[in-house]
Formats: sequence, structure tokens, C-alpha cells
Amino acid sequence: MAGLAAAFGSGAMTNSIDEIEFTDLILATGTNTTENHPVIGMKIKRAVRQHGAKLIVIDPREIDLVKYADLWLRQAPGTDVAVLNGLMNVMIAENIYDKDYVESRTENFEALKKTVEKYTPDYVEKISGIPAEDLRTAARMFGRANRASILYAMGMTQHITGTDNVKSVANLSMLGGNVGIEGGGVNPLRGQNNVQGACDMGALPNVYPAYQQVASDEARVKFEKAWGAKLSARPGLTIMEIMEGAHKGSIKGLYIMGENPMISDPDLSHVEASLKHVDFLVVQDIFLTETARLADVVLPSACFAEKDGTFSNTERRVQRIRKAVTPPGEARSDWEIIAAISNRMGYAMNYSSAQEIMEEISRVTPSYGGITYKRLEKNGLQWPCPTPDHKGTKFLHKDRFTRGLGLFHAVEFIPPAELPDKAYPMYMTTGRVLYHYHTGTMTRLSAGAMERCPESLVEINPLDADKLGIEEGQMVKVSSRRGEVTAKAQLTEKSAAGSIFMNFHFHETAVNLLTNPAMDPIGKIPEYKVCAVKVEAA
Amino acid sequence: MEKKIPITIDGREVEAAAGQMILEAARENGIFIPTLCHYPGTTKVGACRVCVVDVEGARSLVASCCMPVSPGMVVRTDTKKVRDAQRLIVELLWASGDHNCLTCEQNGNCDLQNLVYWLELETPRFSIQFPKYKPETTNTMISRDLNKCILCGRCIRACNEIQVNEVLDFSKRGSRAKVGPAFDADYIDSECFFCGECADVCPVGAITFRQSRFKGRPWEMQKVKTTCTYCGVGCQMDLNINNGKIVKVTGNRDYAQPNGGSLCIKGRFGLDFVNNPDRLKKPLIRKEKGGELTEASWDEALELIAKKFGEIKKKDGADSIAGLSSARCTNEENYLFQKFMRAVVGTNNVDHCARL
Ligand code: SF4
Ligand code: SF4
Ligand code: SF4
Ligand code: SF4
Repeated sequence: MAGLAAAFGSGAMTNSIDEIEFTDLILATGTNTTENHPVIGMKIKRAVRQHGAKLIVIDPREIDLVKYADLWLRQAPGTDVAVLNGLMNVMIAENIYDKDYVESRTENFEALKKTVEKYTPDYVEKISGIPAEDLRTAARMFGRANRASILYAMGMTQHITGTDNVKSVANLSMLGGNVGIEGGGVNPLRGQNNVQGACDMGALPNVYPAYQQVASDEARVKFEKAWGAKLSARPGLTIMEIMEGAHKGSIKGLYIMGENPMISDPDLSHVEASLKHVDFLVVQDIFLTETARLADVVLPSACFAEKDGTFSNTERRVQRIRKAVTPPGEARSDWEIIAAISNRMGYAMNYSSAQEIMEEISRVTPSYGGITYKRLEKNGLQWPCPTPDHKGTKFLHKDRFTRGLGLFHAVEFIPPAELPDKAYPMYMTTGRVLYHYHTGTMTRLSAGAMERCPESLVEINPLDADKLGIEEGQMVKVSSRRGEVTAKAQLTEKSAAGSIFMNFHFHETAVNLLTNPAMDPIGKIPEYKVCAVKVEAA
Repeated sequence: MEKKIPITIDGREVEAAAGQMILEAARENGIFIPTLCHYPGTTKVGACRVCVVDVEGARSLVASCCMPVSPGMVVRTDTKKVRDAQRLIVELLWASGDHNCLTCEQNGNCDLQNLVYWLELETPRFSIQFPKYKPETTNTMISRDLNKCILCGRCIRACNEIQVNEVLDFSKRGSRAKVGPAFDADYIDSECFFCGECADVCPVGAITFRQSRFKGRPWEMQKVKTTCTYCGVGCQMDLNINNGKIVKVTGNRDYAQPNGGSLCIKGRFGLDFVNNPDRLKKPLIRKEKGGELTEASWDEALELIAKKFGEIKKKDGADSIAGLSSARCTNEENYLFQKFMRAVVGTNNVDHCARL
């Protein structure tokens, strides 16, 4: 988010899902698309099999997409900046970048050029393990493609250098002249259904809806008027800082709607201590989650099938959800609950429907200005959609970046915060599997998903397993500096030798007891993708 | 301008697009030609041949799904020769399967059943003989009864060409042909990803959704279009509701972006949680620290929250309160949540877990 916003002026996915199928080259890095965004994975596979697109995969794991790829670069975990700089090094050295584009649409190219100079294929091979020749081939494919679309997901962002990684991706795309054209772009694939919407709506400590800064007097005055209330000019705390504050005692009251940080947070024991320390904790959810168990008040809410509203998908498309069944017992929609609390606290919120809230949203959110339920009926609308007659925006930054010129960032490679050593000799990366979702609260109740994937597995390369005397299906203990978990081993070449993979869907095997809470200083995203562990037979 | 090609279908002069097939031209002009193996977005195979038409000058009937239009073409869809050919095909299909509609899940939503009726067939002229395969019920998501399979190949093309999952194919050929994963394995023992595409496209009751078995006839289902609640793709899908419960989830080719009717296992089969008995149904309150959570009324719960947040704000200031909104909730709810934190509590301490 922060990385893209700095480069382009907007952190959103630049292009549309549909364009992926009809582009010339797809570069997928840090996205296990067929498992985490299966329907986008389907479009990539169709592009390759049916429309002649080239596919380059950059991933430490042999994910399913590798089967469809023309070229697979297997880098050591956490070395993405070096790899991306290496690609740009070759493109510049061999003169296969879009000079006109760089000249007319971007700034700060010289600084980039200077920085990537030392990232020669040989140097990058030493850091990442990717053969120099493969890197050259990839750079040539990318540089020569007419339209190239870069896709990435949490494999890029969940690093201490997450923001740097994203800036490098943006650099690469601009160098190829790919931002602002159909079929191109930098496309972050959002993990959860409405991450995009939550950000758009200002569920962030520093911005109001549509990224209007709380620190800006103009924006604040506008919202004070719209809401009839005095507003604070001080940007708030991020989730990590909130947990920290709870731990220290400066956060005394906490209201959590529909989240389960007790499983998703990188340092679980710390979160538990923090939540227990809060004087008054309110949790609103559809189940009594691990987090809700710690609450002073638990409020039952309706799920997506029991209410009206909208989600904004990863391509900025605002789409309707519709009430299909009634909520169980006395459960209520989250918006009804918020309004009820507000009313009791003396601030009137009298909405008769979700639609009425959307009417207010479109009044104060410029990019949603033309969005109404009526217009969403058919095929949704992609923001920016500022006026009632605007058709929505298929791809961003056409002719002009949101910030004016695209900004290159000179980014140096920094190794992951924790590398394998004597005591913890293996890399661990975490992620999701096709069959489950996030903390598993919902998919674990699905008979089908449990049939296909009933437990957490430790994916380990057969070579390592052999060395450690571990057999398929055997219980193993995985430990890091922070804790340990046990789970069954699955021997698979998907994991590179020296690396294991675990998913974070199962609270019995809470891998976040192991992960490193070291954070990206700007994105404040923890380094889930790399930590050092020891694996032994349990 | 795209060149228009004039043709005549059943005596009507219509304009077709260059390269268009007779079938498409007819359908665009509201002229019905039946099909079984044809499926939009997949290769045209012309295998079932129920789409045959009479083309003036052609030596035999042609499969309209695979025959491009040409200028001045004269087509008839309703001659006796056409109908006789269609009857023969449909009677053969009928006789080669176990078509006991009484207990079939697709009764009322079946292309074969519709064709039998449309062709006004009383009974097949051949004796009914089906292979007696054991119906596949080895997973909880998809059932297969290949005794009803008409070998149209739609499931294979959907799996390979739409989803590109490359799981299904024909095994054996001719009269012993069979569709399925490699080595004739059950789905659960194969590489199947359980996207359910094959069940959505099957024109008969050979591949069906297991969890909706006996949960409602097609005409009882109320379909509600909505957006999947899982990943950021935001697939559009139909919740099939009967008796106030979600019975199954189906894709819909008429919904264009972003998924064009395709889904994955999570959206398709991941909604059991909605009806789970453990759903929270009443507010819970912990009366004293260290005590148990006990059921309470909404009135009590809301009153307590307003009182406590009010007290903390007064004593320690608005910034000692924080809120976590949710990437799982709607835009409307996220908007209201941050408005509540900012305008009512008076702090910008609002974030959500999506960083994670
Ligand atoms: S597949 Fe069609 S024709 Fe066969 S039993 Fe089912 S409804 Fe009847
Ligand atoms: S469920 Fe999907 S992956 Fe499995 S056989 Fe059917 S179409 Fe193929
Ligand atoms: S299972 Fe259904 S879709 Fe597949 S070949 Fe048989 S009838 Fe056609
Ligand atoms: S159906 Fe699958 S791909 Fe589509 S939104 Fe749901 S989880 Fe994502």
C-alpha cells in the first residue's frame, strides 16, 4: 500500500482482473495465486494455455503456477529486492527498457539507475541463488514484452522490507512502461474480501474515507461539518501500536469488530497478554472466537448472507451483497450495532438501511461519488467513479499518475531480520492453502474443506526430511526463538531444501507462535514470510 | 463496421456476423435449436449432434454449433429429417442411461428431460440398458452418478478450458467411454480442486452437489445474487435458498466481471459456517473481571458499553480508546465504524487487521 502510494500516488491495484487473461506477459511474484485467489489463478492459466501469454514466476516454493510458467526463478526467502534490482540492471544494461516512457512519465530515474548498477546477475546470484542466466532471460522477456502485468500478494508485503519490495515492483513496471496501459500494471492481490473497502472507507489511523488525511485542516473541517462533531487532528495508532498500548496500559478500552487478532497476529503470547490487560474489551463477531473469549462484552453479528451492503474487491470493484437468509437468534448487522452504541452515547445515527449509509459515503468520498445501489445492480462499479454519470475506471494512471509523474525509488537490498543459523538452521515461510481461509474460523466448519485439508502440515523437502530422519506423516516439532508447535510432516519438493512451509489456518498449530514480529517500518506489516526455525522429530 | 452476412433461417431473413456459427445466429434471433454438448467459452466439438439443421445444398444434416454461416445460406431447423435425427439421438441417450427422474436431483432442471418433452417422446424405441456404475459418494461436496451421464464432455471442457484445472478426461472410448479423473479415480482421490465447475455445467443429473441432495427441487430454490465473502477476487455467485437456508452455491454465466460464473472451493462449498449451531445468538456479558461470560439482553449490553466507553473517555481521554474494524465487514460498516471512533469517541485510533 504505502510503497505503491509513494510511487504512483495510489496504493490500489492499477488494472483489472479481466485484463490478466489478455496480456502478453505475466510476472507473478510472492503470490500463490491458484490457492489464494483461485479465480485469478484460473485467468492466468487461461492466458498461458489459450492466449499465448508468457508467465514468469518468482517464488521460493514450487507453487502450482510453476507448472504453467515459461520461467521460474526460485529465490532464497526475503531476497526480492535484490532479484528485482537485478532484473532492472539487465534491462538498463541491455537497453531494453521503455526510454520514452521513463522520460515523459517518471522522475528520479538516475537515482534508480545508480543503485541498481551493482546488482549484476552474478551479484544477485550470490544473494538469491537464482542462476545469472535465468535472471537475464527473465529481464529480456519482461523488457521486450509489449504489455506486462505484475501480480503480487503477501509474499511481497509480509517482510521487514515489504514497502521496499513493493517500491521495487513499481520501479520494474515503470521501467517497462507498463503502468497506465490496458493489460499492464502493478497488481496487488488482496487477501481478504474487503481489505480494499476497509482502507477506502478510512478504517486506518491516518486517513478519512478516500485517503483524505486526518492531519489536513481542509479534510478535517470537511468531515467536522459532514458529521457535526469536533475531530482530532492527531493521527491514531496502528494495530501493532494499539496492542502495544494495551500491553503498557495506555489503551484502556478496545472495540473489535469482526477480527480475530488472537490467531492472525504475529506474536500471539504478546497479543493475549495485551488483550487481557485492557480494562474494557468489546468484541463483535459471528462466533465466540479466541479473541471474543477474552472480551467483557460479546455482541452477536449477522454474516454476509444475512445482510445488505457492499464489498470492494481487489480490482476496486464495488459490488453488492444481499440479504438471503435471516440471522440466527438475536444477531444483528454490524452497522445496526454500531449505530445502536452510538445512539446510546448521545450521537444520533438513524440509518434505516445499508443503502442509506452508502448515500452518505458517496457524499463524503470523492472516489465513490457516483456510486449508488441502483448503479451497482448489474456489474458493480470500479472506483474512481466520481459522478453519477461516470462509468468507473478500468485501469489507473492512464496518461498521468495520480501523483503526477511516477516516482522511481532507489532501493537497496536488506536481508531478512532473522536468518538461519546454527541453533535454528532452516527457513520457515507461512501462508494459506486453497482449502482454508485466514484464521479458519469459517472454513474449518466446512465439511468439504476439512475433508480435503483437515490439519496443519509442515511441508518439508525430502532431502531435509531424510537428513533429520523424518518420514511422511510423522509428527514433528518446529521451534523458533519465540515458541514451538507440533504438526505432521508432509514431504514435498514444493519446499526448497533448507526451507519449510506452514499455513496459519489452525489454532492448534498456531504458527504465529513461531513467526518474527519484526515489522516493516512503514507498512507496519510483520515479517511472516521469513523466520529461522529448527525442525526435529516429535 | 463488422461485415453482416445475410442468411435465411426457417424462412426468416436474418443478419449474422462474419465467422458466427449457425447456432449462435439462430439464438440471437430468438430461434431455438436444442444443444447438449455445446457450452459457451469452451471448444465447439459438435459431438452430440442434437443441434443438427438442414442446410440447402448440403448432402447431409449439419451440426449448427460448428458450421459457420456463409452469405445466402438457407437453413431449416424444423424439418422432419431434422426432428427424426434428433429423436433418434435423444432416444438412444435415454435408453443408455438410468433416467429415473423421480429421485434425480436435477429433475426440472435437466436438458435431457427437457428435450424428451420437447420432442414429444413417449418412450424410447430401444430397451433401456445402462452400465450400472456405482454412484460416487466418497466426498461430501460433489456426487457423481455416471449412469445418467450422456458423455457430452462438458465437464471435461469446463475443467480443462474454463478452470484449467486439467483433472478430467475421457477414459476408454466408444460405448464404454467414461468421464472422470485419471485412472478412473474418485474425485477425492484425484487432483481435483473441488471448484464445482463440472457440476455447474453438467446438463443432466450426473454430477450434482452432494450437500443439496434432498434439500429442495430446482423450482423451489430462490436464487440470491451476492459477492463471495472469502478472498479479494469478489466472485459473484447465486446463493440457492430453500426453507430459509442456504442449500448450495451456483455460478452464473450471466454475471460478467470479475469471475464470469466460475468459483473456487471456498465460495462454493465454504458456507457451512452460516448455519453452524455455534453461531452467536445473544449478547454475552462478563459481569466481573475473571468471571464467566453470561447471556444478556441487547439493552444491558449496549448500556454497559456506552457507560464504560463514556467513563474511560472522561477519565483517561478519547485516545485511550481504540477500535479495530474489519476487512471482513462491508464498506457501510467500515465507514460507520471509523465515523463512530472519530466523531463519537473522538480518536483516530482505528485500524483493521488487513495488514496481517
Ligand atoms: S438426468 Fe435428467 S433425464 Fe436423467 S433422471 Fe435426471 S432429470 Fe431425469
Ligand atoms: S470440481 Fe473442478 S477441478 Fe474438480 S473435476 Fe470438477 S471442474 Fe475439475
Ligand atoms: S458427467 Fe455430465 S457434463 Fe460430464 S460428460 Fe457426463 S453428462 Fe456431460
Ligand atoms: S469463490 Fe474463491 S476465488 Fe472467488 S471470491 Fe470466493 S474465495 Fe475468492
